[in-house]
Amino acid sequence: MQPDPYAPMPAAIVDVFAETPNIKTFRLRPEAPVPFRAGQFVELSVPGLGEAPFTPSSAPSVADTMEITIMRVGLVTERLHALKPGAVVGVRGPLGKPYPLEAMRGREVLVVGGGVGLAPLRALLFALFEDVTAYRKIILRYGARTPSDLVYRGALDDLWGMADAVDAMLTVDRRDDGWTGHEGVVTTILEPGRLTCDARNGVAVVCGPPIMMKFTTVKLLDLGYAPDRIYLSMEKNMSCGIGKCGHCRLGAYYACQDGPVFTFDKVQGLSRIWD
Amino acid sequence: MIRKQVTRQALDAWVDGLIAAGRVVGAQKKGGRYAFDDLRRAADLCLDYDVTILPPKKYFLPPKEDILRFSDGRYESVSDAAPFTLLGVHPYDMAAIAQMDKLFAQDNRDEHYLARREQATVVVCDIERMSPNIFAASVGTATAADGCDALITRVGRAYVIESHTAKGERLLAGLAGAPDADAVTLARREQLWEDNARLMSRRELRVEPRRLPRLLEDAYDHPVWEEKASQCFACGSCNLVCPTCYCFDVQDDVEWDPSRGVRRRVWDGCMLTDFATVAGKHNFRKNRADRYRHRYYRKGKYVPEKIGDFSCVGCGRCVSACVARIADPVEVYNRIAEVQ
Repeated sequence: MQPDPYAPMPAAIVDVFAETPNIKTFRLRPEAPVPFRAGQFVELSVPGLGEAPFTPSSAPSVADTMEITIMRVGLVTERLHALKPGAVVGVRGPLGKPYPLEAMRGREVLVVGGGVGLAPLRALLFALFEDVTAYRKIILRYGARTPSDLVYRGALDDLWGMADAVDAMLTVDRRDDGWTGHEGVVTTILEPGRLTCDARNGVAVVCGPPIMMKFTTVKLLDLGYAPDRIYLSMEKNMSCGIGKCGHCRLGAYYACQDGPVFTFDKVQGLSRIWD
Repeated sequence: MIRKQVTRQALDAWVDGLIAAGRVVGAQKKGGRYAFDDLRRAADLCLDYDVTILPPKKYFLPPKEDILRFSDGRYESVSDAAPFTLLGVHPYDMAAIAQMDKLFAQDNRDEHYLARREQATVVVCDIERMSPNIFAASVGTATAADGCDALITRVGRAYVIESHTAKGERLLAGLAGAPDADAVTLARREQLWEDNARLMSRRELRVEPRRLPRLLEDAYDHPVWEEKASQCFACGSCNLVCPTCYCFDVQDDVEWDPSRGVRRRVWDGCMLTDFATVAGKHNFRKNRADRYRHRYYRKGKYVPEKIGDFSCVGCGRCVSACVARIADPVEVYNRIAEVQ
């Protein structure tokens, strides 16, 4: 048989980092490099349980390992969370279309994340950092429910050594005793006074829970961002990852093949995109 | 192109020869209905059936198919694709196979489907008897469709057998001694095609399929979805019998040692409640009306926009299979066209 697009390759888990009570980052070493670009996803297999799609959160330029940040929500993720370094999973990819870095060059890039949605955005940030002068400005706005739900918390202060290059602000929906930062949903740090942006020429990249993407998109449109420069992650119900099984149908598109990143103008006419 | 004219007796002798040489699947009588199954003898081959219970897609996309075997973290592709001849496929089912060929080869090649497809020699037979719900002529699939390897047409007491591909020519090798079809018979065959096209438009789609993508675009809130779906049992029968439904789910099955097992794909259906359910039990299409509409959008808009073909081939199986009697594409699409 020709190369089988359904066949995963073994990937050893070399490290596991607990991010939050229900989110972990796994560093994998696939048997052969999986040269993904920021925004593309892979299918992770747990033999006996099945596959689920995840977007790597590590720097795309690092070829021999990749990191994937995973929230525990279902069967496959429950099992993944129980795995320790040394365990072997299956990886298949890269799949889908990457963030169009070319379309971002010369522009201001506003990155808005919610909860575990910062994971694919971290891969994007790393890609932007590699050629940081090519972009007019990089802005990060990130929010989570509580301080303990923020991922990559240890790196959020110095932003992986790139804090000087990024206009960053964090928020939590509900503060705890140790939190001295902003309190409020993520759209509250997109308000004038907390955000200076070039909406007319800039691009905005959003990833987070559907409800967060919905209100963020409304806010971005209000600010003046063009629908075709608002990038959204629409990873709903992806299964086979190669546009065959029929599950991730999104209007005329397959999320797995035509996305998972779509500009808002492509999906705004479809119903229930925020479900 | 080889074009022979044979009696039923000679046709049966040829088919028995094919059966002796390898696997042959053909339409056969099953109870009071018809089904594709392995042929043991030519006498069981039924070329005057009205419609089979299931379309022949089951030979290219089996209801359950092992695609990978895993053991200690390694995955290996498996396929049991082997040569076979598929005899007596109606033109509408051939049109459906041709669509699946495009969908499974486009962008990412699905080697499991394609391996089975490449091993098959498909012989179409023109329709001798119409099922009550057929509307193939309305969608252009009443007569011989592109993509078959050979075509059989009954003309009076004779059968014209014609090769369309090199595979078909090899299949017809056993008919070398038979006479070539004569001009009178071929003219009658032309007439039969015209008659078939006329007869199979009695149930008529009153809208050109190529207009449907545009019409559906404005029909998202049409009352027909809620009206029909309110009686839907979400049983998935319409998906099961549809020659162009190919959605699948992928499941792992382990042996006593859970590190070993198979990954298998099984038919899924967009009308089933859990089709759009994901981790955490969230269902993106939990209303029946959403699922019902999805099916008609897929046939009338999404797939046509992808491959250029209207994705309903007019076999009428869904109409017959639906216990709630709500699955008639003719009625639904005519309603959509009516208002606009």
